[in-house]
Amino acid sequence: MTTDTLETPELMSAQKSTKDIYLPPARKKVTDGGKPHVVAREFSIYYGEFEAVKRVNAEIPSKYVTALIGPSGCGKSTFLRSINRMNDLIPTCHTTGALHFDNEDVYGKYTDEVLLRKKVGMVFQKPNPFPKSIFDNIAYGPRLHGINDRKKLMEIVERSLRKAALWDEVCDRLDKNALGLSGGQQQRLCVARTLAVEPEVLLLDEPTSALDPKATAKIEDLIQELRGSYTIMIVTHNMQQASRVSDYTMFFYEGVLVEHASTAQLFTNPKDSMTEDYITGRFS
Amino acid sequence: MNLRTRKLLDRSFTALGFGSLVVMALALLVVIVPIAVKGIGAVFFTGTIEHRKMLSAEFHTGDPRELTSEAAASERYRANIYSMLSGFEGELDRMDPEKKAEYKNKYGQVKSSLQALLGPLPGEPAPMLTRFKYGQTRWDKAQEKLHDLLYETKWDTSNPNAMSTEYFVRRAESFKGTSLEKLFPYVEQNIEKMMLPKFTFYSGFITESSVDSHFFGGIWPEIQGTFFLAFGAMLFAFPLGVIAAIYFTEYAKPGFFNSMLRSANSTLAGVPSIVFGMFGLAFFINTLKVSDSKSVIAGSLTLAIMILPTIIRSAEEAILAVPKTYKEASLSLGSTKWNTIITVILPAALPGILTGGVISLGRAAGETAPIIFTAAVSVGSAIGLADVFNSPTPALSWNIYNLASEHEAAGELRHVQYGMVLALITVVLLLNLSAIILRARISKKLKG
Repeated sequence: MTTDTLETPELMSAQKSTKDIYLPPARKKVTDGGKPHVVAREFSIYYGEFEAVKRVNAEIPSKYVTALIGPSGCGKSTFLRSINRMNDLIPTCHTTGALHFDNEDVYGKYTDEVLLRKKVGMVFQKPNPFPKSIFDNIAYGPRLHGINDRKKLMEIVERSLRKAALWDEVCDRLDKNALGLSGGQQQRLCVARTLAVEPEVLLLDEPTSALDPKATAKIEDLIQELRGSYTIMIVTHNMQQASRVSDYTMFFYEGVLVEHASTAQLFTNPKDSMTEDYITGRFS
Repeated sequence: MNLRTRKLLDRSFTALGFGSLVVMALALLVVIVPIAVKGIGAVFFTGTIEHRKMLSAEFHTGDPRELTSEAAASERYRANIYSMLSGFEGELDRMDPEKKAEYKNKYGQVKSSLQALLGPLPGEPAPMLTRFKYGQTRWDKAQEKLHDLLYETKWDTSNPNAMSTEYFVRRAESFKGTSLEKLFPYVEQNIEKMMLPKFTFYSGFITESSVDSHFFGGIWPEIQGTFFLAFGAMLFAFPLGVIAAIYFTEYAKPGFFNSMLRSANSTLAGVPSIVFGMFGLAFFINTLKVSDSKSVIAGSLTLAIMILPTIIRSAEEAILAVPKTYKEASLSLGSTKWNTIITVILPAALPGILTGGVISLGRAAGETAPIIFTAAVSVGSAIGLADVFNSPTPALSWNIYNLASEHEAAGELRHVQYGMVLALITVVLLLNLSAIILRARISKKLKG
């Protein structure tokens, strides 16, 4: 009993140090990356009168992983979903300022949101495969964009499933319903489905919050695999996850982008005291 | 509230719920079982030789050689009756006028009862209506007619404060002392030999047209008419309803116009069906002139208007029940809104949409009021598909009503009426069953 009470304060004080949270993993080198891929200029998002994201200025570097962190309701998911205009589904949502993707105005009058979404793929919090076969799930996007040749579709399905590290587990039951897969497999299927349309940007909205640690590790490995080929943005509540998978981190608080820096810097030497308070767990 | 009270309440509520279910099931049995029993009687019954004669003459079915020998056997006994009748007629001529007048009236009753039982008597002019060409075709009916022959119905009106009561007097008593006296025991004893009752399976009740307004034959035109009207209504209402539901759920922006449309839709669902019938007559026939008079198409359109609100509402519910994540997934893959609706939302909503559709189909099949003025006739033959634009049709729902209340011989044709009721219930149940199976198969496919 006495040893217990002695040990607990020691652990808590150990957690206070930000250096202990950030343990940069070994990563492969990214070639041909770092150019600003998504650029926000004084970008605000409103739900009716409420300003959910406030005048954000940011440049998201291409082919790297950017993590979006912050407490619930801080606007990080809203910001993520605005990049491929999924917020259009909410009737009261509108934006001011500018958001550019590949030097094109995302919210421009003549922007085709269907083409935009083809280039900016998204994976959601809860695995959401269609109630169709595994093959039809992956082939859904390519079919939309005019590929109907069975052989070509098969190639795409295999390539996408391999990229998502799911091929070995499902290759013998492609015609089975996707809802029969486990949660982690379903989420990787959703990643594969998104990759099948060959996007440039991959938006991950808390992709592991509904998964167990083992499945989470697989998704994180997958993100590392895809890093360097796609610009990846991931919203997460898990600070360790952000530090493990991302190269850059954006910290949102009450709709304001408080700090945007390389993950190493943000976690070891945050400029803003609020950032430090958040990542050390003083508030959440 | 303590644990014991809570448990007691819980148990009493369970008992209440279970009890109400049992009451409902019993009520259903009380309704269904007699209808089913009586309805089956239209197809399976004990038929007499008159039934076989009728089938041979009107529908050219049955074995003619067997019928001839049967008829000969029956005729041997009938001949005695006919000779008794002619004997009594001679006796009647010789009576004094007062007695003659008294017996003539009674004798007329005997003759018409015999005619109802055995068919036209020899020497009488050939009847015009088919219904009078044959005696009783059903053994149960024959026995009723036998009773009419043997007993005279009288009414006791002696007590002016009570309803008059029925009582029977043996006709044999009335004819005591005449040569006709022994006719009654003779008929009573030999009725089976004259009518030759035999267990009959009459499939023609389902497959044949009726002869002489449902006296003989079957109800095929009514069954077919019901199918035409119900499926015709679905043909119009189902696509329109689903499209309207898609509009309401996916395209309509909240506003005054749309809330008006929605409340109009709800109001339509509550309008009495007879109003739809009047509307169908006024709008489809008199204004749009889809046909000169009653027609299947006018009836189908009227029924379609009637079931449209239900279809819209159920399709709307089904579409709203599709998880939002499917839509998000599809849109995020670069699908257009329309494509998302066609490839993701509608397939997932299909079981619900189909259920609503089939419930409406059953309702369209069973409704009477909307087709009274627009499509239904009480007697008619089966029509072809090409005739739906200009010819009316009999239909089960309307003919059940007609036979129950408007037919000039409603009391004689109860078995046909119950047969129709059973046919209608069977049709609706079969439709529902097929929908349940279809729904289960689609759901299974969706769930994997």
